[in-house]
Amino acid sequence: MFLKKLFLTGAAASLLGSAVFATDCGPSGQSVRILASDFPAIHAVAGTAEQNCAASASEFTRNHTTEARQIMNAALTPNPAEYTSVIVANSTLTQLMNDGLVRPLNDLVDKYGSNLPKNLMITIDDNIMAVAFMANSQHLFSRTDILKQAGVDSVPATYSEMISAAKAIRDAGIMEYPIVMNMKTGWNVGESFNLVFLAHGGEFFKAGTAEPSVNSAAGIAALNTLKQLVGYAHPDHLTQASNETQAIWEAGEAALGIMWGSRGSVILDDEGSSEQVTSNTVLSSAPSVEPGGLPGATLWWDGFTISKNVSDAEAEATFAALASALNAEMVAANNDDAIWLLEGFKPGAAAAGVSATAQGGAVPYPMLPQIGLLHNALGAELADFLKGDESAEKALADVEAAYITAAKEEGFLQ
Amino acid sequence: MKHRTFFWFILPTLTAMILFIALPIVSAFVQSLFVQHEQVLVVSKSCGPFGCNETTSIDLEATEKLRQGEPLGKFNGLGTYLNRSHLAFSEVGKAWANSETLTDFWDEVLNLPFYGALTFTLTYTAVVTPIVLILGLAIAIGVNGLPNLMKGPSIFVSLLPFLVTPLVGSLILFWMVDGDGIIGATIQLVFNDPNLSLKASTALTWTMLIVYGIWHTLPFSFIVFYAGLQTVPFDTLEAAQIDGATKWQRIIYVVVPHLVPLISFVTLMLLMDNFRVFEPIVSFSAEAHARSLSWIIFNDLRESGNPLYGSAGATSMLTIIGVAFLLTPVLLRTWRDFKLKGH
Repeated sequence: MFLKKLFLTGAAASLLGSAVFATDCGPSGQSVRILASDFPAIHAVAGTAEQNCAASASEFTRNHTTEARQIMNAALTPNPAEYTSVIVANSTLTQLMNDGLVRPLNDLVDKYGSNLPKNLMITIDDNIMAVAFMANSQHLFSRTDILKQAGVDSVPATYSEMISAAKAIRDAGIMEYPIVMNMKTGWNVGESFNLVFLAHGGEFFKAGTAEPSVNSAAGIAALNTLKQLVGYAHPDHLTQASNETQAIWEAGEAALGIMWGSRGSVILDDEGSSEQVTSNTVLSSAPSVEPGGLPGATLWWDGFTISKNVSDAEAEATFAALASALNAEMVAANNDDAIWLLEGFKPGAAAAGVSATAQGGAVPYPMLPQIGLLHNALGAELADFLKGDESAEKALADVEAAYITAAKEEGFLQ
Repeated sequence: MKHRTFFWFILPTLTAMILFIALPIVSAFVQSLFVQHEQVLVVSKSCGPFGCNETTSIDLEATEKLRQGEPLGKFNGLGTYLNRSHLAFSEVGKAWANSETLTDFWDEVLNLPFYGALTFTLTYTAVVTPIVLILGLAIAIGVNGLPNLMKGPSIFVSLLPFLVTPLVGSLILFWMVDGDGIIGATIQLVFNDPNLSLKASTALTWTMLIVYGIWHTLPFSFIVFYAGLQTVPFDTLEAAQIDGATKWQRIIYVVVPHLVPLISFVTLMLLMDNFRVFEPIVSFSAEAHARSLSWIIFNDLRESGNPLYGSAGATSMLTIIGVAFLLTPVLLRTWRDFKLKGH
């Protein structure tokens, strides 16, 4: 199993390094200020860091907000920066690096991170820019009882199987709208396109440049697949994001879903849903185009960075505190909150989907400086096609035109 | 009042207005004339938990050097105003040359972000403003005619929509019009169509936003008109009554002319507010069907990770020009009335 392999390297590395029995919090009397997103896994990491090292710090603050992405660049620009660390993901690291607001961590990793698996270091040209600790991706959720009732024996593995299973459910009169996907106009619909586009072998940009290449055969095929899928989704799908799709799933009103892995444990737990839904929900790899092909998903990691505009001592104390949280005890205490990439993680049913998707060769969400602009253009321009007002070619031409306009303004294209 | 006294009276307000209104507008305008410097991209190798790959990143040193030379960015003149995200003259020209029929041409133009948003913004303003004016006056007259005991509670109830925060109010309505919500389910029952969704059709989404807009701004015009009604001279009303004017005639020929300055004021405020319609679009998740100029500014600043300040500045300027256009007739009228009174 892919994740197993990740953990084994982790375990080996930690055996070599000195274990974390006595927590080393780095220089004492420093101020540690963490900005992070607001979900249980992040609370677990930052909270453990606070427990371990708050005593030796002069100040230890955590700001958990869903708006972290919106404020982080402004907060890290002044010197000294508002926060000594931001907990980021693939796309948000790029956003900080575009403005040069995070520092390379190589020396700090040598000093305090010897217990951390090497493959968790996010490096750009040998500079470690972040330390990852958990993974996430989109994948398929299926209700096996409903599939069986409709005469579908196995969980769909490809988009066409998914579409024919949805058709079988509709034809059997069980559900009119068996599919749920995060299609809310904006970031979510852009991301849903990315998934199907990558499964079709699409490339976002011409290699090594910022020239878009989504208006391609892969792009058109992806949009047509997406359109077929949402044909079986509720007509309100352009207003539905994770919270809505999770609610529909837990209400038992859907049988096939492409949702985030991080929703897996929330859906499978005994809160907010019925026994019938939870016991028959199976998490599996994101569908591919051909059997055994690239899964339609983007792999995400969450990890921590250290601000550039803070003193070296503060940076050191912050790194030491956060590194001290990445251990087997923290994982054991919060096992089901995330797909941990750390030693001691016991992958349960909720991790099966992400694990299968990663093993199937899904690619990480691209860490390109201009990807945010393209993602935004996709999110804004694809609605016309999905509403049926526009052809796929026209929608993708609009996406490229909108992206090029924005990229020229941001200096990525001349 | 002496000019000197007037100057000292107005000075604090004037200072605040210059600091908090005029200067930010100038700053937004200046920013809209510039675009970012070229981002020097380098190919680098990136590794993480999911393996290594080639990627591009920004060469910070080279880019920083460009930035230090000209910190505001690269001067672009009115380029941003003319690009596809704004006035898009070249795209409109192309659409004119390439489309066979006028409908095709309009489809092409409305597909451009700015014109699409402008269409919704203008429709919203044109529908909400007159309805709010007329309904507000009607409710004010209605409440004014109530027995004293019921006036207080009626005023309070009529003001409620205004007290609810726009974001919260529209979110509540959004849940109510959901297929599982009370309004959505009732509509499905009435039309006997279990798949009817207010959120899935452009026309119904527009209607929903407009109805919300009316509901939310109605109390403003109501309370202003109600206050105005208290000043209608009783003598004139009585004289009209003695002359045999019906209730309707008294409203049209006595009350409304008396309220004209207030009507101008309310129209001005409503035009300005409605042209900046924003919150309901976000809380109704209506972006797929309706976008407004303010929504474009929000999207430019927020959604792409690295904010598009120039683009947002340009849209802001165009919004200000749009508001100015809409207000001109009302302002001219007020000026004329003022001059008439002066002589």
